[in-house]
Amino acid sequence: MPDDRETQLALEKQGVLFTQLNRFYNWGRKSAIWPMAFGLACCAIEMMAAASSRYDIARFGAELFRASPRQADLMIVAGTVTKKMVPQVVRLYNQMPEPRYVISMGACATSGGPFRDGYNVVRGVDLYIPVDVYVPGCPPRPEALLHALITLQQQIDNQAIREVRWYGDREARDFPVPIFGKHGLEVEGIEGTADPVGGIPRMAPYVSPALGGSGERTSNPQVLEGNVPKPLMQAAVEEVFGHGKAE
Amino acid sequence: MIAGTFTGTIKTEELQINIGPQHPSTHGVFRMITRIDGETILGLEPVFGYLHRNHEQLGEVSSYLQIIPFTDRLDYFNSMPNNQGYCMAVEKLAGIEVPERAEYIRVIMAELSRIQNHATALGFMLNDMGAMGTPLLYGFREREKILDLFEAASGARMMCSYMRFGGVARDIDDEWLGELKKLMVGLPAFFDEFERLLSENEILLSRARNVGILPKAVALDYSVTGPLLRGSGIPYDVRRAEPYSVYDRFGFDVVVGSVGDIYDRYLVRVEEMRQSLRILEQAVQQLPDASGGHLNPKVKQQSIRPPAGEAYARVETPKGELGFYLVSDGSGRPYRYKIRAPSFINLTALSDLARGHKVADLVVILGSIDIVMGEVDR
Ligand code: SF4
Repeated sequence: MPDDRETQLALEKQGVLFTQLNRFYNWGRKSAIWPMAFGLACCAIEMMAAASSRYDIARFGAELFRASPRQADLMIVAGTVTKKMVPQVVRLYNQMPEPRYVISMGACATSGGPFRDGYNVVRGVDLYIPVDVYVPGCPPRPEALLHALITLQQQIDNQAIREVRWYGDREARDFPVPIFGKHGLEVEGIEGTADPVGGIPRMAPYVSPALGGSGERTSNPQVLEGNVPKPLMQAAVEEVFGHGKAE
Repeated sequence: MIAGTFTGTIKTEELQINIGPQHPSTHGVFRMITRIDGETILGLEPVFGYLHRNHEQLGEVSSYLQIIPFTDRLDYFNSMPNNQGYCMAVEKLAGIEVPERAEYIRVIMAELSRIQNHATALGFMLNDMGAMGTPLLYGFREREKILDLFEAASGARMMCSYMRFGGVARDIDDEWLGELKKLMVGLPAFFDEFERLLSENEILLSRARNVGILPKAVALDYSVTGPLLRGSGIPYDVRRAEPYSVYDRFGFDVVVGSVGDIYDRYLVRVEEMRQSLRILEQAVQQLPDASGGHLNPKVKQQSIRPPAGEAYARVETPKGELGFYLVSDGSGRPYRYKIRAPSFINLTALSDLARGHKVADLVVILGSIDIVMGEVDR
């Protein structure tokens, strides 16, 4: 598909409505994102504030909070994900129909936040499901959530039907649901406890395509950077990957 | 056999259904394993721990000052009273004096919290009842105005971390007080509007009257507190029973219900908002000038080391009696840090309240208890 985006934008500015299939699809998708009504902790209250009259998320077409994952496009992970809750979070994500997006709202969902050191707290939901937009804050203001939504809309706008993983003829894939084992969470494909207490997670996060990843668990040690303090990082990279050092 | 009559017996079976942890009406991540016969609830087993954030454990490895932000996140609707309870416990432990002005500011913040909590809690309850959105949005509208004041005073909307040992973090100025007075002028109109819409609403009456009755004796057995207890007709309020801060200087009524059903809890909350406004009016009037300071300057906030000992302080948060129990070994970190969370203890009454009612009433009963999972699981 030749990239005629620029031309098209120029034409649109002159009042010519020239709808490419891609843009039409993306326009439709981004204008009616249905989030799942899924609150975990404090951040959920700010999510509700964003939906109420003052911030009015309806202006961006995302006011229809659905109680069922089957009807939702967007999962706003709003709050602390605990080890007891994460299997349910992944299961809910698996139940959402594709295309599906995830906003990680707040410090807790992104990295564990203030409770990061707790023995029962998951250090970032991106260890289990791919996240498209991260929102910093504890809690983020409703405006920040709106900004995240706009960012997501921009990401959707840049999708090409040919490339995005949901439009091929492959089967929809389920993400492995962690199970609560003898010593903590166990994840398929990872030896031992995935998220040991006192250590750092023994796996890399998923990186969504919008952020330069493949939507898969990364094997690139660099991606771990920023998530963990440096010395710990280095030890982890050596332990998990057995090679390579973080710069 | 004549058509339309049935002569055999119907075989019935008990059914177990699982509500939560992801459910729009469980107020957070809470799971109820319910045994039902048709639509009637036979038994209910609550399951929690989905939001267990190791609050108490983290408290024991944090310095005293570092715990204040954690207390914000207990009952995240009411960070101010939580801060207050915790600071009172540390002040008791270390023998810290609080300037009078700070006490008044604390009272003002706590009562503002109560108003916004009850407004949203009632909104959520009505939401569960089927009034999708509208009352909740009215509640949120008022809440936003109060949050603006919190933000102006403390810098944050929800997680204020505003109180310090021996006072409050920042003083409030005349402009802030002017805004507060403007808000207070508008509040009675909100209460009236809320009541006009709802208090005699036919649907509310039929859904809430004589549903989820908590008899006095049972309420005492479970040691529930807050509007749940007062709705059952027991006039117990920490602000009156053991006046802390400067609550003994204000005139206010302890509101009680008569039957102990959902409707009584609704009425208690509405009336408590009016009483909070009464306290606010008196507090603003009596507020001493800034000459006494808003923070005890002798306290070393960062490196506070209370002498070895133990202390318990309790406050009346909008949810009920919140207690903090601290044990100090003389170091910079508490040896033991324990919270008596009102939501958790009020929640224990749930299975008794729900038994015999319909599934649709269950969510309303849960809404009328007014829980926050952050506080239940900690
Ligand atoms: S990021 Fe902060 S506000 Fe959000 S859930 Fe975590 S502790 Fe609560």
